[in-house]
Amino acid sequence: MKTILIPMLFTLSVTAAAAQNQVATLRGAAPLDETERAPVIPKVVNSDIRQVRNYPEQPPVIPHKIDGYQIDTNYNQCLTCHARSAIDVSQAPMVSITHFMDREGQFLASVSPRRFFCTQCHVPQSEAAPKLDNTFVDVDQVLDYIQSHGGGNN
Amino acid sequence: MRGLISRIWWIMRRPATHLSLGFLTMGGFVMGVIFWGGFNTALELTNTEEFCVSCHEMRDNVFVELQPTVHYSNASGVRATCPDCHVPHAWTSKIARKMAASKEVYGKIFGTISTREKFLEKRLELAQHEWARFEANDSLECRNCHSAESMDITLQSKRASEAHERFLLTGEKTCISCHKGIAHELPDMGSARLRPDDDRVALKAYLESSD
Repeated sequence: MKTILIPMLFTLSVTAAAAQNQVATLRGAAPLDETERAPVIPKVVNSDIRQVRNYPEQPPVIPHKIDGYQIDTNYNQCLTCHARSAIDVSQAPMVSITHFMDREGQFLASVSPRRFFCTQCHVPQSEAAPKLDNTFVDVDQVLDYIQSHGGGNN
Repeated sequence: MRGLISRIWWIMRRPATHLSLGFLTMGGFVMGVIFWGGFNTALELTNTEEFCVSCHEMRDNVFVELQPTVHYSNASGVRATCPDCHVPHAWTSKIARKMAASKEVYGKIFGTISTREKFLEKRLELAQHEWARFEANDSLECRNCHSAESMDITLQSKRASEAHERFLLTGEKTCISCHKGIAHELPDMGSARLRPDDDRVALKAYLESSD
């Protein structure tokens, strides 16, 4: 009885949560025996305009398409433009110097292997509408809020 | 031996005694059409993707890599086949390329790249040959489809239009200078740089000058 009850309770709570938040599951609202039409793949932002970071430590997002870019042990196509020695030609921002550091804090001559795979942190953006509203507040707004409420150093 | 040659020479010089001039000229013309047509048909057969991928070296390595790229699958369905990029279209250049490619037959017979490991080991050299060929003919095979005259850079992204205006339209660089590894994977390039060859040449010159 217990073994059946737990998955049942779990399913019930998940369905309840989904109903509450009105979030569709990934497979959509179609009945189980039907397949819903796949949504159109949203376009990748290709404006080449640098975006604001939401917090200082945020890895900057990629403002262009990176379709088919090869990033493996043989070659890193991002570095074709973003390498230290390439930016005079490409006029692209250079890979941050922090990426040259190994884990002992020693600076290497080029990008450290642990920071080599760009897309682990840096990603392009798509024009997809978010499924949920985001309540994230920028740190400047937080400071403004604190100050306006008599907090901070004032 | 000398007797044989002089006998053949005598036969070739002797006027035909039984065959009419009409038969010989018409026969020569017809045979010419058959031989020439046959030659070109055979040549074109070796100039198809089916022929290229009939060898596992091509089918399992470079052809597989081509398939996810834009030169094989894209929105409009227009695609490039192997010879579109690797064989010149003009007849004389094509024959020259085909003669150079006879070395590939040697490679096939002796299994130069008969395994994945052998291929990977040799791929930098093979790629460099192809890059050198494209640099030498000003990326002719790219330009068979992508003409600079018809390229509307205002429709391109900011990045692309700036780069093309600066390097392509001025003739400073050719397509392959920047667009390496667009249809096949890149080999081990050492430290990944935009101009690995320039850097190596500069470094070598510097080291030699400081001796």
